[in-house]
Amino acid sequence: MTSTLEPQVDPAVEPPPETWTARLVRKITANPSILPTVAAVALFVGMLIYGETAYGRIVQYSTLSNLLINNAHLIVIAVGLTFVILTGNGGIDLSVGSVIAFSSVAGVMLANAGWNPWVVVGLMIVFGSLFGLLAGVLIQWFDVQPFIATLATMFLARGLASMLSTQPQRLDDDSPIRSLGTRIKIIDGPKVDDLVITPGVILTILVVAAAFFVLHRTRTGRTVYALGGSEQSARLMGLAAARTKLFVYVLSGSLSGLAAVIYTSRLGIGQNITGIGWELLAIAAVVIGGTLLSGGYGYVLGSVIGALVLGLMTVLITRDGSIPPEMTTIITGGVLLLFVLLQRAVTRSRS
Amino acid sequence: MTEPKTTSRGRDLLHRPYVWGIAAIVLLLLLNTLKDPGYLAISVHPESGNLVGNVIDILRASVPILMVAVGMALVIATGGIDLSVGSIMAVGGATAMQFLSASDDPSSAGASAAAIGLALLISTALGAVNGILVAFVRLQPFICTLIMMLAGRGIAKVITDGRNTAAESDPLRWIVNGYVFGFPFVFVLAIGIVIAVGLIVRRSALGLMIEAIGINLEASRMAGIRPRGLLLTVYIFSGALAGIAGLFAVGTVMTVDVTQTGYLMELDAILAVVIGGTALYGGKFSLGGAVVGALLIATLDKTVLFLGIPSSASPAFKAVVIIVVCLLQSGHVRRRLRRRRSHEAPPGAVPADETQKQEAVV
Repeated sequence: MTSTLEPQVDPAVEPPPETWTARLVRKITANPSILPTVAAVALFVGMLIYGETAYGRIVQYSTLSNLLINNAHLIVIAVGLTFVILTGNGGIDLSVGSVIAFSSVAGVMLANAGWNPWVVVGLMIVFGSLFGLLAGVLIQWFDVQPFIATLATMFLARGLASMLSTQPQRLDDDSPIRSLGTRIKIIDGPKVDDLVITPGVILTILVVAAAFFVLHRTRTGRTVYALGGSEQSARLMGLAAARTKLFVYVLSGSLSGLAAVIYTSRLGIGQNITGIGWELLAIAAVVIGGTLLSGGYGYVLGSVIGALVLGLMTVLITRDGSIPPEMTTIITGGVLLLFVLLQRAVTRSRS
Repeated sequence: MTEPKTTSRGRDLLHRPYVWGIAAIVLLLLLNTLKDPGYLAISVHPESGNLVGNVIDILRASVPILMVAVGMALVIATGGIDLSVGSIMAVGGATAMQFLSASDDPSSAGASAAAIGLALLISTALGAVNGILVAFVRLQPFICTLIMMLAGRGIAKVITDGRNTAAESDPLRWIVNGYVFGFPFVFVLAIGIVIAVGLIVRRSALGLMIEAIGINLEASRMAGIRPRGLLLTVYIFSGALAGIAGLFAVGTVMTVDVTQTGYLMELDAILAVVIGGTALYGGKFSLGGAVVGALLIATLDKTVLFLGIPSSASPAFKAVVIIVVCLLQSGHVRRRLRRRRSHEAPPGAVPADETQKQEAVV
C-alpha cells in the first residue's frame, strides 16, 4: 500500500517515474511497426516459460547455449534475408538453403583436396556471393521477378552441388575448419550445465551486430528501408536504388556462404541435400521477427528472435515426444501462415 | 485461335515461342541418335504386341509433367504461381498407396476407384486451401504455395507414417502401365485431359477471363469478372491435376516415395510453362505450348540419363534454361534485339515494344 501511495505525495514537483510497461506502451503507440517484433519476443519468453514448467531443464546454460549453437546458421541466413525482404516489391531469396548445400559440398571437397583451409572458407563465402550476384543482376537489370530469379539460382545451386557429389562429404578430422565449431566453455556449471560458445556463434553475433549497424546507421541501410517504402520515390530522391538492390542479394548470398561455413564446421559434413526447406525456415524467422513481407518495416534483431523461436520450437517438440517428427514442417508452415495472416490484419487496419 | 491467313504465315509460326521448344526436342533427339543410331527406333514387342522404344518411354515419362504443367499454365496466367504441385503429387500418391495397402482387396475395382477418388479429393482440398489464401485472404501466391510445398511433404509423411508405402492394385497398375492398341494408355489419357481442359477454357470465355485477371485484377473486376471465384477455381484445378500426376507417378512402380515423389516437380512445371511461351508475369497462356514444354523436359531428362550424367544434376541444366528463357522474355533484351534488327529503320520510328511500355506507364 505504501509503495503505491508514495509517488502521489509530491506529484507537482516530479513526474512519477515511467514504469517499463508504460514505456513499452508509449514506444508501441509511437511506432506501431515495432508491435510484431514485441509479439515475437513475448512469444519466445512465453515458450521458454512453458517449456520450463512443462518439461523442465529449458532455462539453463546448456540448453540455451545449444539453442544458439544449433541455430547459428539459421540466424545468419535470416539476417541476410531481412535485408532482401525489407527492400519490398516482392523481394525474396529462395536460394539460401541450396547455396548452403553447394558451398558446403564444394568447401569440404576443396579442403580435403589439400587447399589452404582459410582460402577455402573465403571461397565458400565467395561462392555464395556469386549466386547472390547472379540473382541480383537478373532482378535489377532484366526485370525478372525476385522469386523466379532466386528459384532459378536455388535449382542451379542444388544441381551443381549434386554434380559435385551425391554422397555426404566428410571433412578430415584434423582440418582446421573444424576449429570454428569447437565448443569453448565460458562458465563451468554443475554436471553438464555449462555455458558454451563456439567461434561460429561469435561470428554470428558479429554478423548480427554489423547488420544492425549497417541497417540503422548507414546510408545503405536507410536506402534499403526507403526502397521498401516506395522504390520509385527512392529513385526520384536520388538514392542509389540499383546498387542497393544488387547489394542486398549479394549480401544474402554471401551470408548463405558464411552460414555454410558455420554449419559445416559444426557438423563436419557437406551434402547435396543439406538445407532443403531452409528457405522456408529463414522466411519464417524473418516474418515471425516482425519484418513485413511487403517490405519497408522490420528489424534484424527481430529476425534473430524469430530464428530462436523456431529453434526453441524444435527443442520443445523433441522434448514433448508425442508429436511425430514428420509434423515439424507442418507446424513450421502453420506458424508462418499464422504470422503472415497477422501481418495482413495489422497492415490492413493501418491502411 | 484462328490465324489470319496472310502470306507471312510461316513467319507467324516462327514467332510462336513453342516452335523453339520443338526445335530443342529435335536437337536433343538428334544428339541421342548421334550417340546411338538406333535411338529413335520403335519396335513392336513380339509377345504383347505393344510398341516399345525410347520415344515411347519419353512420352510416358512426360505424363506427370504434362498434368502439372497444364495446371501451372492456368495459375501463372492469373499472375500467380503454384510451388506446391510437387508436394501435392506426393500427398495424392501417398493417400492412394496407403488406402490400397490397408484395403482387404486392393485389386477390386471398388477399392481402386475409392483410392483414386480419395487421392483426388485430398489434393483438390489442398489446392482449395491455396486458392482461398490467394483469392480471399489475398496473400502473395508464392508465399502460401511455398508453405504448402513444405507442409505438403509433411502431410505425405504423416499419411504414410514416414514410410515408403507400396501396394498392389491391378486396375491402377493397368491405367498407368497398360496399353491400348499397343500405345501407352496413360499418355492417351493425359492428352485427353489436356484437350478437355483446353476445350473448357478456350471454347468458353473462361480462358479470356483468366488472362484478364493476370493482366489487371482490378480492371477485370470492374469489367464484371469475379476474380475471387476464378482464382479459387484455378488453384483447385492445379491441385487436382497435381493429384492426378501423383497417381500417375506412383502408379509406374506402385510405391510412394514420400521424399522423392514429385520432388522438384514445380521446377519442371514452371519450366514447361515458360518454354511454351506463357509469360511469367501472367495475362497469357498457351496449353499447346505447355505440352511442348513438358515433352521437351521429358526428352531432356532422358537425354541426361542416356548421356550418363547423374540425374540429380539435371536441375542445374533446367535452371540454366529457365534463366535463359527469362532473359529472352525480359524487355531489356527484347529491345536490344529489336534495335539491332530495325537498324535500317528510319530514325523517328519507335519500336513497338517501347510504345507499349510507354502506354503501360501512362
